[in-house]
Amino acid sequence: MFSRKWFAAVAVGALMVAGQALAADKKVVAVSIPAADHGWTAGVVYHAQAAAKEINAAFPDVEVVVKTSPSAADQVSALEDLSASRKLDALVILPYTSEELTQPVKAIKDMGTFITVVDRGLTDASIQDLYLAGDNIAVGANTAKFMIDKLGGKGDVVVLRGIPTVIDDERIKGFQDTIKGTGIKVLDIQYAHWNSDEAFKLMQDYLAKYPHIDAVWANDDDMLLGVLEAVKQSGRTDIKLALGGNGMKDIVKKVIDGDAVTPVETPYPPSMIKTAVYMTVANLIGQAPVRGHVKLDAPLITQANAKEYYFPDSPF
Amino acid sequence: MTALTQSAPTRSERQYQFSWADAGPFLALAALLALGFLVNPDFLSVTNLSNVITRSAYVAIIAVGATFVISSGGLDLSVGSMVAFIAGITIMFMNMMAPSLGLWAIPAGMAIAVVTGLLCGLANGVIVTVGKIEPFIATLGTMGIFRALITYMTNGGTIPIDKSLREAYRPVYFGTLGGIPIPILISAIVAVLGAFVLYKTKYGRRCAAVGANEDVARYSGISVIKTRTIAYVIQGACVAIAAICYVPRLGAATPTTGQLWELQVITAVVIGGTALRGGKGRIWGTIAGAVILELIANLMVLSDFVSEYLVAAVQGVIIIIAMLVQRFSK
Repeated sequence: MFSRKWFAAVAVGALMVAGQALAADKKVVAVSIPAADHGWTAGVVYHAQAAAKEINAAFPDVEVVVKTSPSAADQVSALEDLSASRKLDALVILPYTSEELTQPVKAIKDMGTFITVVDRGLTDASIQDLYLAGDNIAVGANTAKFMIDKLGGKGDVVVLRGIPTVIDDERIKGFQDTIKGTGIKVLDIQYAHWNSDEAFKLMQDYLAKYPHIDAVWANDDDMLLGVLEAVKQSGRTDIKLALGGNGMKDIVKKVIDGDAVTPVETPYPPSMIKTAVYMTVANLIGQAPVRGHVKLDAPLITQANAKEYYFPDSPF
Repeated sequence: MTALTQSAPTRSERQYQFSWADAGPFLALAALLALGFLVNPDFLSVTNLSNVITRSAYVAIIAVGATFVISSGGLDLSVGSMVAFIAGITIMFMNMMAPSLGLWAIPAGMAIAVVTGLLCGLANGVIVTVGKIEPFIATLGTMGIFRALITYMTNGGTIPIDKSLREAYRPVYFGTLGGIPIPILISAIVAVLGAFVLYKTKYGRRCAAVGANEDVARYSGISVIKTRTIAYVIQGACVAIAAICYVPRLGAATPTTGQLWELQVITAVVIGGTALRGGKGRIWGTIAGAVILELIANLMVLSDFVSEYLVAAVQGVIIIIAMLVQRFSK
C-alpha cells in the first residue's frame, strides 16, 4: 500500500519535470464522473473541475475535459460522444455501475487510450491501466479502533448503515471484524440509506429503544448530521461518541474545533479523483510510471491533521 | 360512488351509520398500537409516540393536499421534490434577509415559502388541466424539474440555514405548545381546515364530483379546469407548510430532501380510504394513514424480530394487509 504523501510527491515531481519539457501536440484527458446528486458526488465534481483548471493552466499542451452524467446510461453515451469527436490520450472514469460501463470503457481502451478507473472497479480488471480507490474496510476498522481506545475496550454501540452496496458492506465488515473479541457490543444495526432525515428518525428510535448508549457510528457524514440532531433533541448525556465517515466539511470543521462527541473523522475523500487525474497526467507528460493498484488509506482525521482534509469552498 | 346525486346522501348517512370501511384505517392504527405494546412496552412511551407522530407530520400535511388532488381525479408525483425545492428557496431567502431583517427574516421566509408553494401548485394544475396532459406524466416532469433545481441550487451539496437564525427557528420543529409538539398542532390545523373544505363547502363537493365522473360534473355546470387547478394549488400550499416545518429539523436542504415522499404520501392517502381513481376523499383517514406508515417503520426498529435486510418487505406486507382488511370489511 502506497502512502498518499508519497504519491503526491511523485505526482508533483513528475509534473515539474514535465513542465520544462517542450510542448508536443496537445494531449486530451477526458474525465467522466457521475453528476452531483448528493454530497459525495458533489465533492467529486468539485475536485475534478479544480484539477482540470489547475492542470490546464499549468500545462498548455494538456487539455483536461470533465463530463458529468446523471445515470449509467448517460455515462455510456457521454463516453461515445467524448471519443467520437477526438482521440483521447487518457480517460479517467468513476463508473456509475461496474457492469454497464465495462464494455464501453473497453471499446475506448481498444482505441489506444490510457484508462484510469477510480473508486468503483470494472468487472474486467484487465481493462484498466491504473486503478485508484479509497479503503472502505479501513474506514470501518479505523473508526472501530478509535472507539475501542476511547471507550476503554467496552461499551454499547448503535450503528447506522447506508444503502445495501459493496461500499456499505465493506465498511460494516471492517468495523465488526475489528471489534470482535473486545467488550464493544453492537446493540443494533439498521439501514438509513445515507440520508440525514432517515438517520434522524432511526436515531430517535434507537434512543427510545435503548436506555443506555455509549457511542454511535453512522458510516457516512450525511447520516451523522441527522444523528446529532436527534441526540441533541433527546437531551441524553450517556452518548460519549458520535462518529461518521467520508470527510464532509461540516464534520471536519467539528474536528478542527475540538468537538467532544465527534473528535475524529475517517476520510473516504471525493478528492481522490484529483489524485487520479494528476497521476494520469504525470504518466502522459512526465512518463512517470503509474500503472497498478493504488489504495488510499483512511487515516484518522484528528485535530492535528484536519486542515489537510478541509475544503471550505467545496459543496461537500 | 358514480354520480353526483348519490354522493350527498351517502355523506349524510355516514354520520348516523357505522361503516367498517371508513373506520378501517383507525382500526388498523389501534391494532398497530396494541401490537407495538406487546412487542416492546417502550413503544407506547410518551416520548416515542410524540416522536413518531411529530415525524409523520410532514407526510400528513402533504397528504391532506393530496387527498384533494386524488379525490378530484388527479395525481401529484412532484410533492417530494417540491418540498426540497421550497425548502431550498426558503433557506436562501432567509439567509439573504437575515443581515437586514434579523429574526424577522424567519416569518418573511415563511411567506416566501407559501407563495412559492402556491405558484408550484398552480403550475402543476395549469399543465394538467389547461395543457390537458395526464397528471402522472405532467407531475413526473415537474418532479424532475424541482429535483434538478434543488440540486443546482445546492451544487449537489447542502444549503444550511444561517447560524443566527438556526436557534430561533428550531422550536418550529422541536418546540411544544401546551405539551404538544408544534408540528402535530400544525398538521391538526391543516387537517381541520382540509376536512372543513372537503366536507362542508361547495368546492369540496365539486372536487368529489369531478373525480367521480368528469362528464357528469361538466354537464352539471361545474368547471372541471377550475376545480382541478384549485386542488393542485391547495396541494402546493400544503407542501409549503410541510417545508416550513421541515427546515428547522436539520437546518438544511439537500438534493436528497423529500426523496420518495410522493410514494409515502400516496400510500397514506390510499390507506386512509380515499379512492385512487377519484371521487371519494377521506381527510381523517389520510392522517391515520400517515401515522400508520411512520408507526410501522418505528415498530420495525423497536422490535428485534426482523432482520435489517427484510424491513422493507415487512412494511410492504403490512400495508397490503391493511388494504385487504379495508377491501373485505365493506
